[in-house]
Amino acid sequence: MPGQEITVPVNADIDIVTARQKGRELARDLGFTSTDLALIATAISELARNIILYANSGEILLSVVENGSRRGLKVVARDDGPGIPDIERALEEGFSTSRSLGLGLSGVRRLMDEFDIVSEIGNGTTVTVKKWRL
Amino acid sequence: MQVPILKQRDYLIASIQAALTDADLLQLRDALVSQVGTYRSRGVIVDVTALDVMDSFAVRTLRDLAHMIRLRGAETVIVGIQPEVSFAMVQLGLTLEGVSTALDLEEGLAYLDKKLRTITAPPAGKKRG
Repeated sequence: MPGQEITVPVNADIDIVTARQKGRELARDLGFTSTDLALIATAISELARNIILYANSGEILLSVVENGSRRGLKVVARDDGPGIPDIERALEEGFSTSRSLGLGLSGVRRLMDEFDIVSEIGNGTTVTVKKWRL
Repeated sequence: MQVPILKQRDYLIASIQAALTDADLLQLRDALVSQVGTYRSRGVIVDVTALDVMDSFAVRTLRDLAHMIRLRGAETVIVGIQPEVSFAMVQLGLTLEGVSTALDLEEGLAYLDKKLRTITAPPAGKKRG
């Protein structure tokens, strides 16, 4: 299973559903608890929605990661959208420029174990999150 | 995938069967808000038992739905939120403030029966001699 990578193109709202279902399947294969499956699927849903809202299109990459004896799920959400001008601000609790609930990235960070974001004006945004199995 | 809406007594019951896209959720919201008028329904139950994810969009849409239906003069109750889903919602900081929830369809029906009876039934007073 390590090395396997699933790519889900995100261009329309149906792709949000596909991305979170694929992520849930992979996480289930990894043996995550049903609670973690819900957290992972919700995080993927929010990340995929951000792509649609801010960049119109992009992709979600799902893969298995290992750290010693631990295994986990890595989710990369990538787009070539306008980029985020102020990442610090985008990560603040409750900050959102879209019409969503304003939980956005800070919420995703709470759902997962590791969170990383790279964004450049005009060059898109890549959010990488990981969840480790206990 | 459209959500079937059943009419039972004064109530509309929407049983979500599978994962819904954003467009499906909006369609459900609009259909219920409209059908409350068509059927002069007084209560609406949305059964989300089959949903394994309720993200910010789903929660916001359900909240909007409940508030819109209240403005139309009917009551909404969301039933069947799964334990894992409730945990993810809390972690994400999502709330259904101002929206009634119940464990399952049976509890939802009981809730509406009680709520609507207390609104419409005359107060049970002592019989006047």
